[in-house]
Amino acid sequence: MANVITLDSVTAGYGASPVLQNFSLNIQQGERVAIMGRSGAGKSALLNLIYRTYPGQVALIPQASALVSNLSVFHNVFMGRLDRHSTLYNLRTLVWPPAREIEAVNQVVDSVGLAGKLFAKAGTLSGGQQQRTSVARAIFNGRPIVVGDEPVSSLDRVQAGEILRLLSEKHETKIYALHDIRLALEHSDRIVLIEGGRIVLDEAARRLSYERLLPHFEAELI
Amino acid sequence: MTSAPVAPRLSYRSVTLLFLLLGLAALVPADLAVSALNPASEFRRLIAGSLNPAFSSVDIWSIVWTVAFAVLGVAAGGTAGMAMALVFDKFRFIRLGAAFLRSVHELFWALLLLQITGLSPATGILAIALPYAGIFAKVFAEIIEEADLAAERVLPSGTSDLSRFLYARLPVVARALKTYTLYRLECGMRSTLVLGFVGLPTIGFHLEAYFKQGYYAEAAALLFCFYVLIGTRRLWARPITLPFLIIASILVLPAAEGNSSTWSNLSRFFTHEIVPAPLRSGDFGVLSALDMLGSWAWPIVRHQILPGVFQTLVLAQIALVAASLLALFIYPAVSRRFLGGGGHYLGRALLVVVRSTPEYMLAYLLLQLMGPSMLPAIIALALHNGAIAGYLLGRQSDELAFRADAPMGANLYFYETTPRLYGQFMAYMLYRWEVILRESAIFGILGVRTLGYYVDAAISELRLDVAFFLLLAVAALSMSTDALSRNLRRSLRIDTLPTRLSADKGPSTTLAADH
Repeated sequence: MANVITLDSVTAGYGASPVLQNFSLNIQQGERVAIMGRSGAGKSALLNLIYRTYPGQVALIPQASALVSNLSVFHNVFMGRLDRHSTLYNLRTLVWPPAREIEAVNQVVDSVGLAGKLFAKAGTLSGGQQQRTSVARAIFNGRPIVVGDEPVSSLDRVQAGEILRLLSEKHETKIYALHDIRLALEHSDRIVLIEGGRIVLDEAARRLSYERLLPHFEAELI
Repeated sequence: MTSAPVAPRLSYRSVTLLFLLLGLAALVPADLAVSALNPASEFRRLIAGSLNPAFSSVDIWSIVWTVAFAVLGVAAGGTAGMAMALVFDKFRFIRLGAAFLRSVHELFWALLLLQITGLSPATGILAIALPYAGIFAKVFAEIIEEADLAAERVLPSGTSDLSRFLYARLPVVARALKTYTLYRLECGMRSTLVLGFVGLPTIGFHLEAYFKQGYYAEAAALLFCFYVLIGTRRLWARPITLPFLIIASILVLPAAEGNSSTWSNLSRFFTHEIVPAPLRSGDFGVLSALDMLGSWAWPIVRHQILPGVFQTLVLAQIALVAASLLALFIYPAVSRRFLGGGGHYLGRALLVVVRSTPEYMLAYLLLQLMGPSMLPAIIALALHNGAIAGYLLGRQSDELAFRADAPMGANLYFYETTPRLYGQFMAYMLYRWEVILRESAIFGILGVRTLGYYVDAAISELRLDVAFFLLLAVAALSMSTDALSRNLRRSLRIDTLPTRLSADKGPSTTLAADH
């Protein structure tokens, strides 16, 4: 399969001490990749780098849900496709949404488990519901690669699994930062472990186990 | 090796001392005499009049026109300001243009516009709209810049700029823009009232006559109506009523006086009247033109601008120190922590009334009572600005998190609240510095020899070239004070503190940006 992401000796981060230095990573079409590592290891920097390098192909689920709290769930999800329509159409949808957009968005909103919340203001939702809205926006965006920075951190493991399965159906290539080892083992094909801005482990998920990964996180768990 | 902590170059203490000393030094050249023969008896008549307001004499139309000019001026200024705010970071000339517009006080704009549009609604509306557009541009740009733009970063690339703005920015800032605009309407009403003092048919037109003749009962009635209007603003000025207010305002506008043509006035104004007098004939070489310009400008600089700037700075410095002391002294009266049992509501009401009183009108009234000197202007500026800052500090002191065993009374004031509020206090006062300076220049119209005195004299002699040159000096002075204030705030590391509190804390706390 062809590479959809190619990072070759790139450097990213802020100022004099970049988070990622001489960083190389290839991801193939259709892969489900979990990016793991302690906080501060460079996961978010890596995901942002991927988003910035392939802006036209990536649907992003940022760490904070990044919703416009004064707008409805409908409008927040619709924002995923603002680039596909004329400004005039977007303006019209802001004021008076066409029935077919409502139907299309409603389908996605239903699928992430937010039935009945279509016209609730995003600011009135719980943290978990906001995260689902952010996921719905990425699904509605429909770009082939989804990049999620802890996309299910506010959900319990069962709900998180459902959402990750849904994302897998809707997007070809999946790249998530995850901190839950079991979730990562179950919902990815490949696990990339980062420490101090470097890859320390890059292995197929089926060849890894909870016990093998745990030592890399123990300091944080204690 | 450990590096020593980097101290800011300026401390709160050194800046406070510097301003205090400058304020004391300014008392030496200031004229503080009370020259009225019997101010006490006049004051008693004023009190007696305010206790028996003569409501039957109130001219309803002056109130209607005050509201109409304010609504239309603020609407036009807000629209233009919004347009400028959208491109504020992109174009330097927009930022400079906005700075120039707001550096000239609305009364000066009115005096200039009277020469072009005459005694007409256009003069009243534009005199508000022009400076307010400059203020709106800056504040709107700040609000948009400070907004949480996380959602905008997630938008798919290729989204048009307008769609970006409408979906991910406007909804985020809409509430703050709304609160600020409606609050500016209150400032606009104060400004329009004051425009009456230069002849426009607003409340101030009658107030001037009443004060001059000592008709305090009639003046009090008119002022009470004004306070009621301001106090009920949140009932009648809402986003939903705005379109009706605008249409109604257009319908009730008075007819213009006289019938001279605006366009011919405008072209005469720009091509003849504000051109320096020696250059009007246009029949000379470049060198001799420069020479003539120099010999025209130098006497103005020497005999008007320099003494005018000096007096403006003297007045502003004393007023700033007096307002600061008042703010520090008065803020516990607004604070629940200090004045429990509901007393703080009384304090708040009092300060709201004081700050709703237009400072120009207050200075005019005090001038009638005390006779001509700098003192009325100082008192008016100190009361108005001290009330605004004191109110904000008091409200803020109630938002501090106190430990359960915090001290009481004077110990609370000196050990807990004042030290914690001091940075915020300095940010407010440095911000108000430029506002006070603009007002100081304006008070020249009342006879204090600040820059406004010379502007007013030049306009009444119909020497508009001189007036315009003086206005440029006013603008330069106010813009450099603004720049100095910003630099000081940066050196003191209080430049990130709000001078305009966040709109979410309720409209009553968004006062600091008042110009």
